[in-house]
Amino acid sequence: MIQVVNLTKRYPGFTAVRDISFQVAKGEVVGFLGPNGAGKSTTMRMLTGYLPPTSGHASIAGFDIFEQSLQARQHLGYLPESTPLYHDMRVHEYLRYRASLKGVEGSKIKERVGDVLEMCDLREKERALIGTLSKGQRQRVGLADALVHDPDLLILDEPTIGLDPNQIRQVRELIKNLANRRTVLISTHILPEVEMMCSRVVVIHKGRIRASDTPENLLQKHRSAGEVRLELHSAPADSLEKLSALAGVKDVQEKKTEADSLFLLRTEAEADPTSEILRLAQDRHWDVRGLVRRKPTLEDVFVDLTQGD
Amino acid sequence: MRTFLTLLGREVKSFFYSPIAYVVLFFFLVASGFNFFSGVSFLNQSPSEVTVVESAFNTVLFWFPFVLIFPLITMRTYADEFRMGTIETLATAPVSDWQIVLAKFFGALFFYILLWAPSFLYFVAFQEITGKQAALAAGAFGGSYLLLLLIGAFYVALGCLASALTNEQINAAVMTFVAIFGFFVTGLLGFILNSPSQPVREIISYFSAVEHMADFSRGLIDSRPLVWYISMTVFVLFINLQVFQYRKWKA
Repeated sequence: MIQVVNLTKRYPGFTAVRDISFQVAKGEVVGFLGPNGAGKSTTMRMLTGYLPPTSGHASIAGFDIFEQSLQARQHLGYLPESTPLYHDMRVHEYLRYRASLKGVEGSKIKERVGDVLEMCDLREKERALIGTLSKGQRQRVGLADALVHDPDLLILDEPTIGLDPNQIRQVRELIKNLANRRTVLISTHILPEVEMMCSRVVVIHKGRIRASDTPENLLQKHRSAGEVRLELHSAPADSLEKLSALAGVKDVQEKKTEADSLFLLRTEAEADPTSEILRLAQDRHWDVRGLVRRKPTLEDVFVDLTQGD
Repeated sequence: MRTFLTLLGREVKSFFYSPIAYVVLFFFLVASGFNFFSGVSFLNQSPSEVTVVESAFNTVLFWFPFVLIFPLITMRTYADEFRMGTIETLATAPVSDWQIVLAKFFGALFFYILLWAPSFLYFVAFQEITGKQAALAAGAFGGSYLLLLLIGAFYVALGCLASALTNEQINAAVMTFVAIFGFFVTGLLGFILNSPSQPVREIISYFSAVEHMADFSRGLIDSRPLVWYISMTVFVLFINLQVFQYRKWKA
């Protein structure tokens, strides 16, 4: 559905996107991750034909985004960052205008607008001025606009930014439902969201692609970020030393409260020192209050991939 | 074509979403009505060779509101879209940049025509009430309104260009006013300068909307202003497209 080959965007003085290549197959839901300023929005803007690339090619549904821009755009629904809308129009008026602009046949406009109003739960608000809607409602209007011509591909730039947890959940559910028959490219930095929705993740940092894989595979490859938390009551003075000496432990931090100590052990890849710790505790009669092995999350992977240089 | 009409429809309608359109319409109606009234009463004072049409289209009262309306009509066109970010949804819909530029231009021009449309009724009313001719020939009507349309097209294009240069409506309005005022004053140099030489006079007369109107309102339809206004409008729209794409691509 999306083919990106050596795409580069250079601005005077800096390069926003460097020579990236990736593909998105039909029906995939791909999360596009990266810190702010990594080049996510720039890439999305190039894919939607808003920005011309400095070099390289990209195509959508087989149409070159620059040479055959209009045909390519016909196949995609785009929700830009911060959801720009005409605040002085009414919801149904705006959606009818957008449907007509995107080439929905005159006789079908009413039906399509009705469908997307239903899908995005905007029936009650169809006559409201967009300017009077809440942020979450506007986000849904933006989504309805992206969907109104029934595109095969949705490109959503941070659709949940600035929403409260309930609204985030609503929008997430909505996107999940949409994903059934469509290809979706979604950028975000809310990582639990990605694990829930996406079949694949592309991590971009400083304009380069750092990883492109399923969330599960990414986690497997980045086990290094494992961590064990051990809580002891009246810990003996040498416990820090003993814990540091265990096999597979990279370093240990101790945090003391009045009577308890909390030890944070960072472990090597694939290492699992929990049973060693339990044996140690039994031998030395430590008063264990808690022992937790925290599995690495996508957040750890993200930090790993996008920190430094 | 359908896409273009959809865009044009939204441009025209967008004037009426805000109260500014009604305010402009109201004040322009008052100003042009007062202008017509003073044109007729000027003719009432003494015997004169000019017709009502000539006298109505050649007064200071005519030109003053005339140059002021363009910033108001065009300031929103692009500036608002850039400021709100809606330019991104607009330009990523399957529409070409030319369609956007032309829709914005014709949308504003349509509103300009709407401003002038009632003024034609003044002359109809004058002829009905007095039983006298407002102009000696149909060419005077045709010439006046043709020139109004052409000057309007050029100034609207200038206003659209100014609006495409900025995010702020007020900047667009000021730039438009300065540009139009510049052209206007250049045209007036012929009256201000002391006996300019013949070539200078001729160059100045190309800019002089006032001189053009003096000719056209007598039914004297000169091809030079026609070519000047049409070619300038096309040229400014072309620059407008370049600026629009440049700003979009710079984003």
